[in-house]
Amino acid sequence: MNTTVSWLGLAISLLLVAVAAGISWWQRLGLQRQILIAAARALVQLLLVGAALTLVISPDRSIWWSWLWVAGMLGYAATVARRRAPGVPHLLTLALASFTAAAVVTLGVLFGLHVFPLTGRTLVPIAGMMIGNSMTATVLAGRRLTDELRDKRDEVEARLALGQPSRQAATPYVRGALRAALTPQIETTRATGLVFLPGAMTGLILAGAAPLQAVLVQAVVMFLVLAATATTTVVIALGLIRRLFTPDHRLVYLPTPADH
Amino acid sequence: MACHRHVEGQSADERPVAFEFARVTVVRAGRRVLDEVTAQIPAAGITVVSGPSGAGKTTLLRLCNRLEVPDAGTVWYRGRSLEELDPLVLRRRVGMVFQRPTPFPGSVAGNLAVASPDAGTEEMTTALTRAALDPGLLGQEARTLSGGELQRMCLARTLVTGPETLLLDEPTSALDEQPKRVFESTARDLAAQGITIIWVTHDGAQVRRIADRNYRLRDGHLTLAAAGEARP
Repeated sequence: MNTTVSWLGLAISLLLVAVAAGISWWQRLGLQRQILIAAARALVQLLLVGAALTLVISPDRSIWWSWLWVAGMLGYAATVARRRAPGVPHLLTLALASFTAAAVVTLGVLFGLHVFPLTGRTLVPIAGMMIGNSMTATVLAGRRLTDELRDKRDEVEARLALGQPSRQAATPYVRGALRAALTPQIETTRATGLVFLPGAMTGLILAGAAPLQAVLVQAVVMFLVLAATATTTVVIALGLIRRLFTPDHRLVYLPTPADH
Repeated sequence: MACHRHVEGQSADERPVAFEFARVTVVRAGRRVLDEVTAQIPAAGITVVSGPSGAGKTTLLRLCNRLEVPDAGTVWYRGRSLEELDPLVLRRRVGMVFQRPTPFPGSVAGNLAVASPDAGTEEMTTALTRAALDPGLLGQEARTLSGGELQRMCLARTLVTGPETLLLDEPTSALDEQPKRVFESTARDLAAQGITIIWVTHDGAQVRRIADRNYRLRDGHLTLAAAGEARP
C-alpha cells in the first residue's frame, strides 16, 4: 500500500499554518508575518529540492550527479558552520576536512559493506543526514573548545609552563568539548522510540513502508549519526588544537568575540 | 663582538649569567611593549623587575620560558639562544609561578602529578616542604586551600619538575601581608639553595625586602636601578 499527498491535500494542510498564525494574532504575538513567510519559504525550498532530487536521483542518471550533490551539501554545510561559529578560527577548512572524514567512515561502512545498495536514492538522503548532524556537532565542539582555551588561558599556560606539549596541555579541554558535542546525540539515541518517533521512521511509515522495515532503517540512520558526530568532533578538536597552538607549544591569542 | 660572550654563558667579569637580552623588541597591537631591551640577568640571587602596571614586565618574563617570542632581538639562556632550545626542555629548566594561582582540578598530589607524573610521595613531600607547605596537604582538594597555600602549591608544583630557574610573576599580589612574607622567605631560601629567581613586582616595599638587584621597566626600556635602591 502507498500513501501519497495530493496537491489539494497540501493546500488543505495550509490550514495548519493558518492555525499557528491565528494563535499568534489572537495572543498578539506579532509573529503572523514571520510564520507565513517561514511556511512559504519552506514550501518553495522543499519543492525546489524535490525537483532537483527528482533529476539527480532518477535511476537512469549517472550516480556522479548524486556525488556532486553530496559535495555541494558538504561545501554549503561548511559555510553555515563557519557563519554560526565566527569565533572559531579556520573553521571552514576544518569543517570540510571533518565532514569528509565522517563521510568516508559512514558511507564506507553503509555502502562498502552493502547495508544499503549504492544508488542516488540512498546516497543523497544518507549523506544529508550525516552532514546535517555533523554540522551541528562541529559548531558545538568548535565553539566549546575555543571558548575553553580562551577562558582558561591561565590554566592552559600553567600546563605549558610545566613543560607539557601543547597536545597534552589541551587534553582536558578537548575531552570537555567532545563530551559536550556527543552527549546530546547519546541522549537522543537512548530516548529514540520511547519519547519520540524519529523523522526517517515516521516518513517511511507514512509513505507505506512496513513498520519493522522502517525501524531497521531508522536504527541504521541513528548509528550513522552517532558515528558521524563522533568522527566530526574528533577531527575538529584535534585540527583546532594544531591551529590554536604554535609548533613551539604556545597558545595563540584568542580574541573575545564581541557579541556571540 | 658580542657573540663570544654568549658561548659559555659567562659575563665579561666571569659571573654566570642566566638570561641575556640582546635588543629584544616586542610589539603588541602597534605598541612597542619592549623596545630594544638589552640586559644581563645573573644566575645568582633574586633579580627583581619592577615598574608600573602595563609596562611589559609580564611580557619580559614570558619571553624567558617562551610563552611569548620577541618580534626582534634574541633571548639567551645560559649561553644558548632560546630559538635553538627545545621549548619543552627549556620550560622544565625554567619554571614559572603566575600572578593568580592556577590550580588544576583534583588533589594537591594530583596537581603535582600533572607536573611530574613519575614523582613518588617522597619527591612530592620534598617539593611541598621546600614551598613551606605541610606534606599532610597532599591528599587535600587543591581548591580548598587558602590563597597563600594555593600559590605555594603552584610553587611546589613547579619545584617538583626540578627547575634551575624560577620566574615569579607578581606571585604575592593577591595575598595578605602574612602569607606574602611567607612566600618571600620561601623564595629567599630557594635562592640560597642556588635557584635563579626572576621576580616581577610593582610593590616598592617588596623590592627593598627581596631584591639582590633591581631592574626598572618603563616605557619599554629596562634599566638597572642604582645600587642604593636595592638590597646590598
